[in-house]
Amino acid sequence: MDLLVASPILLHLTAGLLCVVAWKSVPAQRVISIVAALLGPLVAGLLLVTVHNSGPQTAALAGWPAPYGIVLVGDAVSVIMVALVAVVGLAVVVYAMGALDKPRERAGYHPLIHLLLTAVNGAFLSGDVFNMYVWFEVMLLASFVLITLGGTRGQLEGAIKYVTLNLLSSVLFLSAIGLLYGIVGTLNLADIAVKLPLVDAPGLKAVIAMLFLVAFGIKAALFPFFFWLPASYHTPPPAIIAVFAGVLTKVGIYSILRVFTLCFPQQLAEFADVFVWIAGFTMVVGVLGAAAQFEMRRILAFHSVSQVGYMFMGIAIAGVCLAQLAIDPAGDEQTGVLRQAAVVAVAGTMIFMLHHGVVKMNLFFISGIVMKLRGTAELKHLGDLYRTHPMLSLLFMVTAMSLAGIPVLSGFWAKLVLVRAGLDAGAWWLVGAALFVGSLTLFSMVKIWAEAFWKTTPADADKALAAHDESQGGPVPGVEPRAGQGANLTLMTIPAAALTVLAVAMGVGIAPIYRAAERAGEAVMNPDQYIEAVLDAEYLERLDEHRAALGLPPRRGGATVVAEADPTPSPEDPS
Amino acid sequence: MIIGSIAIIALAALLAPWLHRWLGWRAGYVLALAPAAGFVYYARELMGVAEGRALVSTLEWLPELGVSLGFRVDGLSMLFCLLITGIGTFVLMYATPYMKDYALRGRFFSYLLGFMGSMLGLVVADNVILLFIFWELTSITSYLLIGFDHDRLAARKAALQALLTTGLGGLALLAGLILLATAAGTYEISRMGPISGDHPLYVGALVCILAGCFTKSAQFPFHYWLPNAMEAPSPVSAFLHSSTMVKAGVFLLAKLNPIMGETALWDTLLVGFGGFTMLFAAYLATRKTELKPVLAYSTVSSLGIITMLIGVGGTYGTLAAMGYLFAHALFKAALFLIAGIVVHATHEKNTEKLGGLARAMPFTALAAVVAGLSLAGAPPMLGFVGKELLLKAGLGSANAIPAIAIASVTGVAAALTVMAAFVVVWKPFFGRKPEHAGHAHDDAANNDDASNDHGHHGHGDHAPHEAPFTMWIGPITLGVLTILGALLPVYFVDAVVKSAAHDVLHNAAAIEPVARTVYEGTSLAAFDMLYISTPLLISLGALAVGLVLYVLRKPYRATTELLAPIDRVGPLRMYHWALDGVVALAKRQTRFLQNGSLPIYLRFVVTAMLVLVGVALLRTGGLGTLRNDLDDLGIVEGILVLMMIAAAYATTRQRSRLATIAILGIVGYAVALIFVLFGAPDVSMTQFAVETLTVVLFVLVVYHLPRFALFSNRATRLMDALIASVAGLAVGALVLASSAETSIAPISWYFNEHAYPAEGDPAGRHYAYGRNLVNVILVDFRSMDTLGEITVLGIAAIGVFTLLRLRPDREPFAEPTGAATFGADEPDHKRASQGEGERPHREGSA
Repeated sequence: MDLLVASPILLHLTAGLLCVVAWKSVPAQRVISIVAALLGPLVAGLLLVTVHNSGPQTAALAGWPAPYGIVLVGDAVSVIMVALVAVVGLAVVVYAMGALDKPRERAGYHPLIHLLLTAVNGAFLSGDVFNMYVWFEVMLLASFVLITLGGTRGQLEGAIKYVTLNLLSSVLFLSAIGLLYGIVGTLNLADIAVKLPLVDAPGLKAVIAMLFLVAFGIKAALFPFFFWLPASYHTPPPAIIAVFAGVLTKVGIYSILRVFTLCFPQQLAEFADVFVWIAGFTMVVGVLGAAAQFEMRRILAFHSVSQVGYMFMGIAIAGVCLAQLAIDPAGDEQTGVLRQAAVVAVAGTMIFMLHHGVVKMNLFFISGIVMKLRGTAELKHLGDLYRTHPMLSLLFMVTAMSLAGIPVLSGFWAKLVLVRAGLDAGAWWLVGAALFVGSLTLFSMVKIWAEAFWKTTPADADKALAAHDESQGGPVPGVEPRAGQGANLTLMTIPAAALTVLAVAMGVGIAPIYRAAERAGEAVMNPDQYIEAVLDAEYLERLDEHRAALGLPPRRGGATVVAEADPTPSPEDPS
Repeated sequence: MIIGSIAIIALAALLAPWLHRWLGWRAGYVLALAPAAGFVYYARELMGVAEGRALVSTLEWLPELGVSLGFRVDGLSMLFCLLITGIGTFVLMYATPYMKDYALRGRFFSYLLGFMGSMLGLVVADNVILLFIFWELTSITSYLLIGFDHDRLAARKAALQALLTTGLGGLALLAGLILLATAAGTYEISRMGPISGDHPLYVGALVCILAGCFTKSAQFPFHYWLPNAMEAPSPVSAFLHSSTMVKAGVFLLAKLNPIMGETALWDTLLVGFGGFTMLFAAYLATRKTELKPVLAYSTVSSLGIITMLIGVGGTYGTLAAMGYLFAHALFKAALFLIAGIVVHATHEKNTEKLGGLARAMPFTALAAVVAGLSLAGAPPMLGFVGKELLLKAGLGSANAIPAIAIASVTGVAAALTVMAAFVVVWKPFFGRKPEHAGHAHDDAANNDDASNDHGHHGHGDHAPHEAPFTMWIGPITLGVLTILGALLPVYFVDAVVKSAAHDVLHNAAAIEPVARTVYEGTSLAAFDMLYISTPLLISLGALAVGLVLYVLRKPYRATTELLAPIDRVGPLRMYHWALDGVVALAKRQTRFLQNGSLPIYLRFVVTAMLVLVGVALLRTGGLGTLRNDLDDLGIVEGILVLMMIAAAYATTRQRSRLATIAILGIVGYAVALIFVLFGAPDVSMTQFAVETLTVVLFVLVVYHLPRFALFSNRATRLMDALIASVAGLAVGALVLASSAETSIAPISWYFNEHAYPAEGDPAGRHYAYGRNLVNVILVDFRSMDTLGEITVLGIAAIGVFTLLRLRPDREPFAEPTGAATFGADEPDHKRASQGEGERPHREGSA
């Protein structure tokens, strides 16, 4: 077994457990936490290089071979996600040391964060659908406890909504796994991918695919399943929510990408129009939600929904391409364009996830700094930061513009790649929606800028704040450290500045990132490499013989599935 | 070197705040060296470029997507490079004393130089994506500059308006450029051949690109943002909003003219929008009385002229477009700078309250006269030459739009512009100053309004005085250039304008140096224009009419006031309507979707799931065969199932938490019994243990909680019952369908064979060495799952511990929920205000 693939999981698991052992000593927890956080990028980098050089890496856990035991698989897609987790983990641990209040830190912040990261890495690396479910559960509980950490009224209310809707997701996920096991009798993703086409049950397969879509859609906060996100993201402290914004919704997107391209490409093609609608609505509804908000973290939370729509858009475009290829599988010039468009679309999703993980987390970091400085993130009580805090203004402006997709920052490329793929695939309306939503994103970011940074602080801001405190039953304790008391602003600013630099660097140095993302796109669109890395050749040969006996065309990754796809789906709808 | 010219300006932008800290307000003079260096570089390369040797420099960036750092300076780009760096130098010199009293002037110079670098990049970019990148950067820097006086709401609003308008256009442009590149097969403009109007992507690309260009260059109906952008300090207005940034749109039109300009659609749209904008904006300019608004509308009008001329095309049209563009940049920049000086000196921007300034400010007045004559199109200024060529082009137009229409519209617009020129030049410097208007402070609102244009407030003495040398030298030089350009057109101006016009007509794809002789017969000299011809007569007529209009401006304005109601339905209204509409829609949508009620969220999610499942079934033709061996089920199973259904129903009718949990326990035990019946005693034992524990724990916890409150009405409950039943039945059917499908053997045989060694097993087989299959699966085959589940339990323990220990009333805790409330997920306050008293337990309300 290859320990390297397992190491991102083991690293954070070990750190989490050691932190529990060192429960009484916050300094010890801090040391463990920061060491693990620093090792994270190292391990992820090593994995990234290894996968780049020698293809997908697998580890058969407990020595039981696939498809019988659980395998971990690090391929071009999952290593990118693991790298994002590493960056997010490092940034948030440093930030939390400056930002988090002592009671919360003593109450198990460090072990919980590392267990959360364990679960997220587990979900990204698992090659087994039930094992993915288990990591989802770990993730759900760790995030739930983190949301409630501190137990304020708002947190609990948000957490109830969070956990209820996410439990519904778990139930659907588990049901889908059960139904899937009922027809293919296996849990290994690669094995499912090979065996599913052998089963002649189109209706059942489509329904199972839809259940997966809903289960992951809730996790990813897609329309119309996103309600938990805006309901809960503004309640915990930024040191907690930043890491959620950085990676949680991406687990949902990653899972859709993985499961649909590997196991359900036919359903992805057949229901491409559904995907397109969901992507479009998610983008628009999220951004409109943000337009109605006047509190920094609420605005950011709604934008997370909107931007999940962009990430999903890449998958939807890939689906549109597959659908068109299925209608007209002739080997003309257009086929090459569509295949490439699908790869570029998935690359767009990958870049968007990286970009959004870095940038959205940073915006939550900055909102946390603003709250420490002024005691509120309510735009109508803020002002003057442009005059009083030029460095913070710079960090916010650059990061916010990146979120809005302004060149030459990371968000621009993320948007450009998706737009490019969408135009190549002929998904006009989806591209139009994406561009329009981009301008509304700019509107929201500029709203924060104009209100919190540019305008003069309203004269009655303090009075209004006090009145508000009064209505909440006395002064809110969090308002006290207005002068940064109880917080280390330097420690908070360092990760914010580093992520800002990263957003710029990702923009200027887009070429290597794009190449990695394109490799991920190719890996996703040609899943044979994944399948062959996981299952041994002899086993595959037997399955292929079975396949031939059933009179099905030979297995060639996504291509076969496309060829057998039902040509009925409406040709024009997907756009 | 092209990159170097951008880099040095970018470097200056980065250093500006620090330089201001070290050198004080004079740092601006040092910073002016950056664009000056750029100007010298481009001026030295001018002749080479004019002879057809374009400057080229290419670096790779993202070749997979066709993005490169491809720069190319041809004649058209050269014209802009010289304008940007040349006027930029003067503007920086001018801004240095002008911004002396502003607090954050270091940042101001940063933004201004940042804009300059972006604009320069825009005009030298050869790669369309690179061009777009710079295009967006000009929008952002422009936003920061318009809103520079950030304390004022008007400045912030104007900045937002400009950003949204040009930003939305910019996004359309991005799509248009990608479509164009797809159609042309390359992302490098210089390699694009002409694209036929029949190409399937042509119309889409054209519409998107025009949306981008028209918003940027303030063409009707997107012209509204430009006059409002005059909230910016005067150096910004002079540089961005008259001479450079707003020309980015017409620049791109000119650049794409040889590629996309072959079609009647192109000509019609450009001439139509450009012509209308020219006339409409010229009319609006005459209705304004304040300096900068008059100039702003006249700028919009001029941009319309240039757009129209690119559409008219041909030798005359193109030459006129470039000549007029060049002249306009010079005289309009000069006029804005002069307006800044006037307002700076008098603290008054209403022309009707100004007069006689020529005596106090002789140099400024001189510059104003020269630039004003050029604006009015009077001979022998370059503005006159531009207008003559314009009329010639219009009369000679062989387009779909009749020449006579173009010429007459141009004549009217010219007359209106003449009047505007008198208003901004004659009135302040030579007009009579009204006696009662000596103190601008009489008009409090006006003074407040004017405060953006001068840094120092509260000066008692407003005696007009001449501006410092560095402020008037720019306007004078630019003004004089418009005379020299017309009188001595052989060298500098001739080379600039003609080589630019050449590149507007021919793309590099079809370049041949000899083509440059095409202008051999045409002249840019004013004297050559002064023979009796139709254009000259129209020109002189316009001058005369304009003068009359100026003299009769009071009755004229009173008359046009009658047309004012039109403004109420104008594009600016549309902008506000759209913006307010979006925000209103956003609020309504949030109230509908994100209303804070968990039951509603659940309803949405489950219904959506059912819809998706329904769509899946409809498209694929149903579930197929369901398992139909249910006859084998005995009476015991039947009773258990009925028990579960009854218990599940009973939970929904219960108001007591305790009873609810006890009844739920029945469901759990029944499930455990089913496990027993189907031969899974160990699973059943686990289930019994879990159920018992759950009920006990719940009882302990919920003992202190109040009864469920009932918030829903009967109809909602019925709907919920329906949704839940459908969902339940659907899952039931799915299970039956799934278990009917047995074509593939499950992998579980492997666990059986590898759990424990048995007789006759092949040698070398691995074993888990456990006889209890379930246990072996849990702790060996799928041990990672178990590890995860143990972690879940551990985390749950931490969660319970922290929830019990850390409560806000025990320990002071940072309350992170935001301050005041709005809309989403704030049901408590809403409820409280509705007088429902006690905090509702919504989670149990359904």
